[in-house]
Amino acid sequence: MSERKPLLEVDNVTLRFGGVVALDKVDFTLYEGEILGLIGPNGAGKTTCFNAMTGVYMPTDGAIRFRGQQISGKKRHKITKMGIARTFQNIRLFPEMTALENVQVGADAHNRGSVPSAMLRLPRFWQEERRGIKRAEELLEFVGIKGRTHELARNLPYGDQRRLEIARALATDPTLLCLDEPAAGFNPAEKVALLELIRKIRDSGVTVLLIEHDMRLVMGVTDRIVVLEFGKKIAEGTPAEVRDNPKVVAAYLGVPDAA
Amino acid sequence: MDFSELFRNFPELTTTGLTQGAIYALVALGYTLVYGVLRLINFAHSEVFMVGTFAAMWTWNALGFNQNLSPSGVLISAGVLIAGLLAAVAVSSATAVAVELTAYRPLRKRNAPPLAFLISAIGASFVIMEIIGIATDRAPYGNMPELVSNKPLFTILGAEITPVQIVIVVGALVMLVGLDWFINNTRLGRGVRAVAQDPDSAALMGVNKGRVIGLVFLLGGVMAGVAAVFANLKYGFTKFNLGFLFGLKAFTAAVLGGIGNLRGAVLGGLLLGLVENYASALVGTQFRDLVAFVVLIAVLMFRPTGILGESLGRARA
Repeated sequence: MSERKPLLEVDNVTLRFGGVVALDKVDFTLYEGEILGLIGPNGAGKTTCFNAMTGVYMPTDGAIRFRGQQISGKKRHKITKMGIARTFQNIRLFPEMTALENVQVGADAHNRGSVPSAMLRLPRFWQEERRGIKRAEELLEFVGIKGRTHELARNLPYGDQRRLEIARALATDPTLLCLDEPAAGFNPAEKVALLELIRKIRDSGVTVLLIEHDMRLVMGVTDRIVVLEFGKKIAEGTPAEVRDNPKVVAAYLGVPDAA
Repeated sequence: MDFSELFRNFPELTTTGLTQGAIYALVALGYTLVYGVLRLINFAHSEVFMVGTFAAMWTWNALGFNQNLSPSGVLISAGVLIAGLLAAVAVSSATAVAVELTAYRPLRKRNAPPLAFLISAIGASFVIMEIIGIATDRAPYGNMPELVSNKPLFTILGAEITPVQIVIVVGALVMLVGLDWFINNTRLGRGVRAVAQDPDSAALMGVNKGRVIGLVFLLGGVMAGVAAVFANLKYGFTKFNLGFLFGLKAFTAAVLGGIGNLRGAVLGGLLLGLVENYASALVGTQFRDLVAFVVLIAVLMFRPTGILGESLGRARA
């Protein structure tokens, strides 16, 4: 495993909100091409960690590096341009735009050019526009909601909204895709389909960070797992290793930690 | 109440109302664009409009035309008109962007509360108004050539239509349709809608929020510049405090149609222009300005979010 290239390093990150320590010296590395699960009981700091990794919060201490470059303190659209994309736990689409337009917003990130270029250099503008639409259509097909292309996001069924959010995130051409509880509210059949989609995303060359509550889902799809509890990392390893770790079992079952 | 006056002049009042409403609509768009993205009432927008009227007039004067000397021939008139238009659009949009950069952006960087923005807006408004006031000795200026004829061209249903009215209504329509297309069909317009609907996820999708904000101020300035030239054509007069009442009415129009909603701003502008004209025929011209605000209050009592409702995202009908 040592020859694998680190993609994202969470280096001793501490995050305090006033007196509350949300993350306490959390330290782990995400390698290129893997699916890493970040799990933990409610309030363990998963989403906080996730937000720090996508630039929403600035760590109080420690550093987060993406391909060796510091991302803490960078503007969010810059972090996106570096190649990190995310979805939200509670879906946050642009409700009054069509599915296609939602994905286009993500795809627009690579198109350059300012107001004058949109108004004056018309051929290039149309070319970019056509390319964006084509890419957006491909992604809608990739996540399996091609039939919804021209429907408003707010009118889509719940499961399709989740898929649309993934397509939108993929449209920014990320090297790393962070999924925040993508299976929340899914039935078993939908979860199986989601697992397939996550694998497909990884096979297309995107590294995946998965935050998930559902242990079985995480076990089934991830290469490695990091477990958080009360803002601290309590375990890290393959799904099998983590499942047999007594600390993890205790954290999930609420048994007081013997150690 | 003089209903006979209203009925007798109804066609005439309608065309005048639509012309005036078209100008309100153009200015209203500036308020609504900024509000849609920032949830901020840019009270300095009235001055963005006012500086445009002076920019156009001075350009015409610089080209050698004034109230005593109008260009002859359609082509030259059109050329002079366009020169004024370009100047007004340039000065108005530059003013709008300057206000954003100096009065709002620094506050945003420091996470100022909404009230700070409001005070800053009023402050910026007074600064611009006073600068122009001092530069022009607070005098009214009517030194403008007649670029488009004010004489009736033909009559429809008893209403005399003048070339000025045609230029204003058609010109405004072109601008409104153009803006609507821009917001609904271009990458930058998508960015504007994305920020209006969810600023955080827009940023995470790679939308540069600072640039979108600059863009809406710029677009609002362009619309205000065009409105300024149309106001010059219609009234042939400007003054340093012209923006105050005009801006308030355009703001009223934006709220009337549903602030944050582009098509709402247009509807509100046209409606306000019509109502003002009908009402002045009905109850007397001295009540003209009063009526605008009574209508606003009355509409808001029944539809608090305006006629078409809030949200820039809902620009599509």
